[in-house]
Amino acid sequence: MKFITSFILMALLSFSLCIFLPWWSIAIACFLVAFCIPQKNWVSFVAGFVSLFLLWYALSFWMSFQNGHLLANRISTLILKQENSFLLVLITALIGGFVGGFAALSGSLIRKNFKHA
Amino acid sequence: MRILFSILSFFFTAALCYVLDTKSVFKLPFGKFLSPQAGIWQNAESFDADFSDELKFDQLIGHTNVYLDERLVPHVFAENETDAFFVQGYLHAKFRLWQMEFQTMYAAGRASEVVGDVALNHDREFRRLGLVYAAEKSLVEMENDPISKSACDAYTAGVNQYIASLTYSDLPLEYKLLGYQPEKWTNFKSALFLKYMAYDLTGNDKDFEMTDAKASFTKSDFDLLFPSKQDSLDPIIPKNTFFSLATIQPVTPAFADSIYFDFLKDTIAIPQVEMPDQFNGSNNWAVDSSKTKSKYPILCSDPHLKISNPSVWYEMQISTPNSNVYGASFPGAPGIIIGFNDNCAFGFTNAGRDVKDYYEIKFKDNSKSEYWFNNNWVNTTRRIEKINIAGKPAFYDTIAYTIFGPVIYDASFSGKNNKVEKNYAVRWSAHDNSNEFKFFYLLNHAKNYCDFQQALPYLKSPGQNCVFACKNGDIAINVQGAFPAKWKGQGEFVMPGFDSSYMWQGMIPQSENPFQYNPVRGFVSSANQRPVDSAYPYYIGSNYPVYRGLYLNRKLSSMKDITTADMMKLQTSNYNVFAEMAMPILLKNIRVEVLNENERKYFQKLENWRFEYDENTTAATLFELTWSKLTDTIYNDEYASKPKNTARPYKSSLLDALLRDSCYKFIDNITTSNRETLEDVVIAAFKSASLEAVQLEKQNKLSWSKYKDTHVDHLLKLPGFGAEHLKIGGNENCLNATKSSHGPSWRMIVNLTPNTDAYGIYPGGQSGNPGSRFYDDGIETWAKGNYYNLWMMRAEEKNDLRVKWKMVFSKK
Repeated sequence: MKFITSFILMALLSFSLCIFLPWWSIAIACFLVAFCIPQKNWVSFVAGFVSLFLLWYALSFWMSFQNGHLLANRISTLILKQENSFLLVLITALIGGFVGGFAALSGSLIRKNFKHA
Repeated sequence: MRILFSILSFFFTAALCYVLDTKSVFKLPFGKFLSPQAGIWQNAESFDADFSDELKFDQLIGHTNVYLDERLVPHVFAENETDAFFVQGYLHAKFRLWQMEFQTMYAAGRASEVVGDVALNHDREFRRLGLVYAAEKSLVEMENDPISKSACDAYTAGVNQYIASLTYSDLPLEYKLLGYQPEKWTNFKSALFLKYMAYDLTGNDKDFEMTDAKASFTKSDFDLLFPSKQDSLDPIIPKNTFFSLATIQPVTPAFADSIYFDFLKDTIAIPQVEMPDQFNGSNNWAVDSSKTKSKYPILCSDPHLKISNPSVWYEMQISTPNSNVYGASFPGAPGIIIGFNDNCAFGFTNAGRDVKDYYEIKFKDNSKSEYWFNNNWVNTTRRIEKINIAGKPAFYDTIAYTIFGPVIYDASFSGKNNKVEKNYAVRWSAHDNSNEFKFFYLLNHAKNYCDFQQALPYLKSPGQNCVFACKNGDIAINVQGAFPAKWKGQGEFVMPGFDSSYMWQGMIPQSENPFQYNPVRGFVSSANQRPVDSAYPYYIGSNYPVYRGLYLNRKLSSMKDITTADMMKLQTSNYNVFAEMAMPILLKNIRVEVLNENERKYFQKLENWRFEYDENTTAATLFELTWSKLTDTIYNDEYASKPKNTARPYKSSLLDALLRDSCYKFIDNITTSNRETLEDVVIAAFKSASLEAVQLEKQNKLSWSKYKDTHVDHLLKLPGFGAEHLKIGGNENCLNATKSSHGPSWRMIVNLTPNTDAYGIYPGGQSGNPGSRFYDDGIETWAKGNYYNLWMMRAEEKNDLRVKWKMVFSKK
């Protein structure tokens, strides 16, 4: 239950913060949620990773889909040297996932320090 | 231990964010760049994107409605002109901001700021050419005129309102890719843009190359290679037109024969960094009511420019109580450039006159503060240009200005190499005061021929052949611009800079520029050919394209009951008069008995060919290959020992020479003991072309469109952002002058019936966003030779099905 809650909160908070703040506010969101909701460190990491992976995957895929993958095909040709919109969406999701995961891990670890102290 | 892990994890996360937010490790800030809520995904415009909007700004006076049609062409209905220009600026920025800014930074010699020191040579050359200096002067002139000042001020305010509304996520894709931000627009940037167009259309000079040719050949050889006469010329103003005597009689300097027309002297070898395409030309024509089916004039115009995306053109309609005009505008400048209003239509081709000359300067010392002029040391003014470079310290360039203009090349900068110890100042007509904004403003408002004539004097540079047609039946063409009155041969070569007698001695008076008004033949036309025959009392040089004009006039003379469909056919015609005239030389000199089987097959194709450069023909490829080999065979031996930049003869000069004289001196290969004949070299060229053709055929690249391979690149040539391998015919000598990345950039046909009936197309799309479906939607249609209907919308048609979105601008 905690996992689901933090997973949903991370995604919601990330999305909301990004409306006003730069993209890296996803790290703040995952950090805060993991800090507030105690879980095992690795569970926090997975929650952050999966949450942001899915959020960024869903958002970028949806925008690309509505665009007929026109832009994604161009950008992937330019930076990945192949016309592969799927790969670009995947890389986007992985970036979100890793930043979210490590931020959540940090939140979880630091919470435990506080508790300890 | 746990504390260490926490700290490590925290800093790792922070470092990850930093790396993904900056270009410190990767070439792109991948986190920022790919984040769905701010990065490039925001530029993935939905197929059903809604462009409707309601906007309120303090500067606006009244209420403006903008109806966007199914091609995203805006139809602007403003209550006054200031608002109209504000909205035009806003729309240009909304759809083309990156391009507008990039092009003006390029013009200002500021490309290094964006792309780094790869552009430093470009930036230095542009600043030394005085493009910024020219724009500064033009800005003063434009701001002194209340009409053009008010138009530009409103336009600039519109652009800036759009820029002010942008957040990172709204930025055009290219800013995200290159990692910079748009800066504020200014009137100066608009002036820069027009000066860039002046550069593009007057910049293709051959002065250095011709000076090297003069230094490399004897006078008689030079005259054979570069004849001053074009045998097949059909000028813009028909032959045998009467011209009155010149009011300015330029005087050839004393001793010019030994000082200036000195053959076999020093070469120069300045390789210019940049050179506008020599085929920056165009076609335009108008036929009067006697030749049309509708009994109203038809005007056609298609400027040939480098074709890239986003296009240099943005289509729109601007309607105010004072005027209602439709056509192609330049993102970066107010007004419509090529188009029509409720009374008349206008279009341009490049006049191609030489208005850029070079003078050799002798400085007293390395400080470049004094130069020798009329037997005195004269002070230069020096201007220090600071060139900012992305990721590197700024570069400072000191440029000396002489009485002629800026010293473009000297020991510190000699184009692509830094070796030449001589100094050259440039005299360019674009440096002179002018206000081309006013020209377009007046033209947009013109109601009749008289208004057209009043607009013309404001167009000084680039010189254009301006075609005009009016619903009242008038048609006209004016060769318009500020052109120096030159003595014969002046400015063909680099001139001495120590003597005032080599300076331009005056400009040809406006009234002595050639023109034609309602001619008996029922049409006016131009295709960049020499505007007049030798009866014109001023020297105007000889480097002009010949063949498109020949075909155009031939067709226009014979056509009757012309419809817009006929004009479309003509404008997209792939017929090549050069090939028509050159083919007999090939056919006559190739003996079938010396050909092998493949060569015979190719020869047959040539024999059966009707000189059409259609996309699927292979004969056009065979002809082009053969002619290019023939040219090489004839000239390469003579040129082998000459400097690399030495000017080569024009295609028309070789053709004229071979038609006149089958024993043309240069046919003989000077490296062999034999005396080669025309037959020898033609057969050798054909055999060599056939060998190449076999290879091309194996790669399936022998058909003309595959061989030519027309493509429309993104302005930055980004892979994946352009349209490649277009199926389109034509070449530089066809009316459809489409080459590999150059061609008809805006085709327009206007039938001036009471309800204007107009068609147009450009190879691009209305949106500059590569993530929009409107980015390149016109390219296929353009390549096929099809047109869109240009809808001159009336305000009461706001419920028409073609209207898809509505933007409303009003006062806050």
